Amino acid sequence: MPLLNMNVNGKNIAVEVEPHEYLAHVLREKLGLTGTKIGCEEAECGACTVLVNGAPVVSCVFPALKAEGARVETIEGLVRDQVLHPLQKAFVEHGAVQCGFCTPGLIMAAKGLLDHNPNPTDDEIKTALKDNFCRCTGYVSVISAIKSVVASRQSTVDSPPLSHSPTLPLTREPLSAVGKAYPRNDAVAKVTGTAKYTDDYKFARMLHGATLRAKYPHAKILRIDTTKAKALPGVRAVLTHEDVPGSKNHGLIFNDWPVLCYDKVRYQGDAVAIVAADTREIAERALELIEVEYEELPIVDNPIDALKPDAPIINDFLGHGNLLKHIEVDKGDIEKGFAEADMIIEREYHTPTYEHAFLEPECAIGRVTDEGRIEVYVGSQIPYEDRRQIAASLAIPESQVRVIGAMIGGGFGGKEDIMGQIHVALLARATNRPVKMLYSRRESMIAHPKRHATTIRLKTGAKRDGTLVAVRAEIFGDSGAYASLGDKVMTRAATHAAGPYAVPNVKIDCYAMYTNNPPAGAFRGFGVTQSAFAVESNMDILARELGIDPIELRRKNALRVGTTTSTGQLVRESAGLLRCIELVESEIRSWKLEVGKDRQFNFQLPTSNVQAWGFAAAYKNTGLGGGAPDKSTAEVEVYDDGTAEIRSAAAEIGQGLPNVLAQITAGELGIPFERVRVLLSDTDLTPDGGPTTASRQTAVTGNAAKFAARGMREILARAASERLDAPPEQIVFCDGYVDALPPLSVTGEGRGGGVKRASFADVVRWARAENRATKFRFEYNAPETKPLGTPGDMHFAFSYAAQAALVEVNTETGEVRVIKVVAATDVGRAINPLALKGQVEGGIVMCIGNALTEEYIVEQGRVWTDRLARYKMPSIKHVPEIVSFVVEEESSVGPYGAKGVGEISSIPTTPAIINAIYNAVGVRVYSLPVDQDKLLREMRRMTTD
Amino acid sequence: MPKFWDEYHIPATLDDALGLLARYDGRARVIGGGTDLLLDLKEEHYSGARPHYAALIDVTRIAGANEIREDADAGWIVIGCAVTHAQVVASSLVQARATALHEASGVVAGAQIRNMGTVVGNVAHALPAADSAVALAVLGAEVQVRSKQSTVNSEQWRPIASLYLGPGKSAVDSTREIISAIRFRPTGANEGSAFARIMRPQGIALPILGMAARVKLAIRNSQFAIDDVAISAGPVAPTLFRAARTEEFLRGKVLDDATLEQAARVLLSEAQPRTSAHRATREYRVELLPTMLREVMTRAVKRAK
Ligand SMILES: Cc1cc2nc3c(=O)[nH]c(=O)nc-3n(C[C@H](O)[C@H](O)[C@H](O)COP(=O)(O)OP(=O)(O)OC[C@H]3O[C@@H](n4cnc5c(N)ncnc54)[C@H](O)[C@@H]3O)c2cc1C
Ligand code: FES
Ligand code: FES
Repeated sequence: MPLLNMNVNGKNIAVEVEPHEYLAHVLREKLGLTGTKIGCEEAECGACTVLVNGAPVVSCVFPALKAEGARVETIEGLVRDQVLHPLQKAFVEHGAVQCGFCTPGLIMAAKGLLDHNPNPTDDEIKTALKDNFCRCTGYVSVISAIKSVVASRQSTVDSPPLSHSPTLPLTREPLSAVGKAYPRNDAVAKVTGTAKYTDDYKFARMLHGATLRAKYPHAKILRIDTTKAKALPGVRAVLTHEDVPGSKNHGLIFNDWPVLCYDKVRYQGDAVAIVAADTREIAERALELIEVEYEELPIVDNPIDALKPDAPIINDFLGHGNLLKHIEVDKGDIEKGFAEADMIIEREYHTPTYEHAFLEPECAIGRVTDEGRIEVYVGSQIPYEDRRQIAASLAIPESQVRVIGAMIGGGFGGKEDIMGQIHVALLARATNRPVKMLYSRRESMIAHPKRHATTIRLKTGAKRDGTLVAVRAEIFGDSGAYASLGDKVMTRAATHAAGPYAVPNVKIDCYAMYTNNPPAGAFRGFGVTQSAFAVESNMDILARELGIDPIELRRKNALRVGTTTSTGQLVRESAGLLRCIELVESEIRSWKLEVGKDRQFNFQLPTSNVQAWGFAAAYKNTGLGGGAPDKSTAEVEVYDDGTAEIRSAAAEIGQGLPNVLAQITAGELGIPFERVRVLLSDTDLTPDGGPTTASRQTAVTGNAAKFAARGMREILARAASERLDAPPEQIVFCDGYVDALPPLSVTGEGRGGGVKRASFADVVRWARAENRATKFRFEYNAPETKPLGTPGDMHFAFSYAAQAALVEVNTETGEVRVIKVVAATDVGRAINPLALKGQVEGGIVMCIGNALTEEYIVEQGRVWTDRLARYKMPSIKHVPEIVSFVVEEESSVGPYGAKGVGEISSIPTTPAIINAIYNAVGVRVYSLPVDQDKLLREMRRMTTD
Repeated sequence: MPKFWDEYHIPATLDDALGLLARYDGRARVIGGGTDLLLDLKEEHYSGARPHYAALIDVTRIAGANEIREDADAGWIVIGCAVTHAQVVASSLVQARATALHEASGVVAGAQIRNMGTVVGNVAHALPAADSAVALAVLGAEVQVRSKQSTVNSEQWRPIASLYLGPGKSAVDSTREIISAIRFRPTGANEGSAFARIMRPQGIALPILGMAARVKLAIRNSQFAIDDVAISAGPVAPTLFRAARTEEFLRGKVLDDATLEQAARVLLSEAQPRTSAHRATREYRVELLPTMLREVMTRAVKRAK
């Protein structure tokens, strides 16, 4: 093996490398520098960026030997004498880190820029970071972090730096730790590259797994022969369905998804066999030696065909053919409603499949412990569900399985289903060695569930004055080969298909269908992203036809306290939509849309660019709802050193849950935020926090943490009460101290006498000495909800949002650019304004992708979009100016009034953009994403007509 | 990833590099930045082929090959085969005297790829829409192809267009031959050049349309008229495309709106844009051709004044 000499982070090293190895691999595997991340291995994502002789390169396609004699800098080299590099510090403080998987690459690319150009313009920053994708932050905080470093370097004694801290939206006065903008507690680990994602774990004697995927999107399996693969040197196990001892299928709701296919394959990503071998290369070579004989079956590639009576049956698990679920929403009298309408708008909309494109591809490691238990390391959104499904397929009790959550490099709903978890458990058992299964980007793109493609036929009826009287919708959702969360997602699409408006008569039929496309499941927005596009487009068309201001039309019909949703739920509280509309409207008032003209330009630039605003509103449930028990358990333990730990198996996918839990715990225990540790997602050590989905964790696990901490505080208060000789009501926990207040004076106006004080640590010691519990566990059950179709509340809370987008269309090329987005979001209560800002910005930019850049294409069951180079998520170049308002209409359910924010911000942006395009050039887009090719041709057709 | 090659050589001289190619006799392949090659290999692998080379011959450390140099006497700028897009973008010489190339290399990918990918690799890859190749086409670029194994090994230069056999098909056999350098005619007095391209926000990172122009102005009847002009575009043909008839039409004319409109019509009659799946329709490209022509011509003329 050739010897590679290079200087890595200031140290000269010599390392033996294979001639075909890449630098990323050498850094990670041979030098243990796992801070350099691998997100795609196709030079697209930038996660693997390092500096070679000062210049940023993507190390995943950089032959290692090219670095001979070079100076290589990685994220690990930035910390000097335990002090963070200014960029690292700024990323932490500005909230430019969420899941953190993109962070090392972004920081290295930024360093490469600043080393050569200490004073870059915004444009130069965007140009330098264009090929570093971040799926979480929306880049706004990234830009502000870099600019703050530039500013602080230039600041001298005479001219103090402008502003080093991020601009936060205005929120309420914090209550102790709750409401404060603490930087993430895992941010330092993420900016230094020490945070461990699944692929960063290594075990002695570890093997590498690989999965044989289906050759056809739909075929009968006639024969599988693994003999040759097994004979390949270095192969340790080759398993097929025959080697699955327990449940042959898995599934979050319905057990309809084969662990390893036995009768048929139903989509290109179906797993047919798995291999464990000494290296990944050998495992992949072994796949080619597995012989599978198929009989091809006809394909169904869209939900409308799937519903036809003569359609080939894809999956009959439920006994009703390709129909996964028919969802009906029925309110009032739809016939009567339309009879009363003065204006009826009826349109058909299409949304394509979308890919989550989280930066970290799926990875799982399975291992058998000395006691014979199974351990699985994985970045999963639902650790306890993983445990249940692994145990079922291995036919062992759940107590014999431990799921340990690693850091998760983004999820957005795409890491809820089983991918490699069961496979690594099976392989580990078969080989009695640890087995790592890391998906390539291609595999990730083919295999995991996507956002449903939909066709939505929407009919909206209104009175002349704009009062909505009826909404009728038919929705066809492509759920792909397996159920995943398809029926839940489509239920949400259906129940939200009348929009955040009070409509007396609603009838919706929604069909979630099995097809031969990749399964569709959860994806931020959970079905509402799709229906909101249709609803808000129809609203604008209606406004125009009626000659009413589109904002006014929404205000008139907005859900507010006292109105009922389309499922008949009475809104009793916490309905901030009107306030959101008002805030956005006043911000854009100077640009207000003119109504009634053919083309509603606000102004025309001298060039060929036309600009206009578009508006949209949305709502989204918080919590599972629909009658599903929604619970979470959290445990608080306090220690003699005055610290506390909060535990729950609730996944952090970048959204900032650890801070929420730590802030709540710190607030309740009256100790500084820094003294609270957070332990998440270990099924042995942390109680079940339920799934990270439906924007529920802040509300549900937040409450569990609140009550657990409160319970703990009460125990401590009793201990303090005795020692400090005061009744428990007079014991106060604050700033790390426990005070016994003197009694109120008889008149009730002040207290007589002095305060007796102990440190929090002392009180913990007293409690322990008295054999009191120092741990408290609380199972929180969210208020009961009712299934769709039964009277009562389907959800315990809703978040609301209004957004306006300023869009520029180039009339010569059809190119569309979002210049500015004004957002107002009702989140009940901002627990951490910094994290909230990140969720809103990230949501908006993701939704710009939904409108303009993203489309996952499958042709006849064959995935065309099988690499990142064919799926463009928004880059830093797409980032608009974002003005964000927070509305805090408290919910009586969530902790301190908080509701969910993870999804709502990413819903209204698409229709706001689409409406703006219409206002700019008079072309209505009915099919996402906007196709500039088609847009230009339609613009030209309009002018020639 | 499977092993696509066995050995990796980084020769220090052109002669060593040629010697290695000769020794491997067709079983080795030239690599520059690798930003096309390595991804192509991966793609071939996924589509079922099993590409494999006994060795890669890395030409980025060949002595002198990383230089951009002006041969003022002969009127050329010469770019060695190790010169990256980033170097070209940073070169004030290129920016001033070959603005189209500066602009083209400036839009190639992102910072990382520009630090790795070479201009010669962009040309060797032979895609009709490769950005720097489109710009080089109007700069009268020529390449030098060296080999120990074939008759082409000479100090002779040949026109860049002669390398293009079809989309992604180069006349240069990168298992036996090395493009050692590219040279082109920088713009001088009364001359200017420009490059523009349109991308699609979805899907493949290949341009929908790229176009470059180089103009030389002369004063006629106290007005600026086009003395000479070169226009290239891609992809509008299977190979690198020069709009010969449009150029011919424009020569001697004063550039005004009417002339541009007529020129666009000529361009549409000679360019052959096609529909490429998931990228652009023919109709869209037809709409864009006049727009782009106006864009590059206006900019180039402005620079020439
Ligand atoms: C993410 C990404 C984005 C990109 N964006 C763009 C873009 O916007 N515009 C664009 O035009 N390109 C783009 N590219 C393509 C690529 O970066 C360029 O074409 C680059 O210039 C290729 O140069 P290279 O040195 O990397 O070539 P290599 O990959 O090393 O080689 C390419 C081909 O040429 C051969 N070759 C290389 N050097 C020589 C030589 N001296 N003699 C003979 N044969 C040789 C190789 O054998 C190979 O066949 C992109 C690539 C990536 C990965
Ligand atoms: S660019 Fe290297 S891992 Fe994505
Ligand atoms: S923080 Fe950037 S991808 Fe998650």
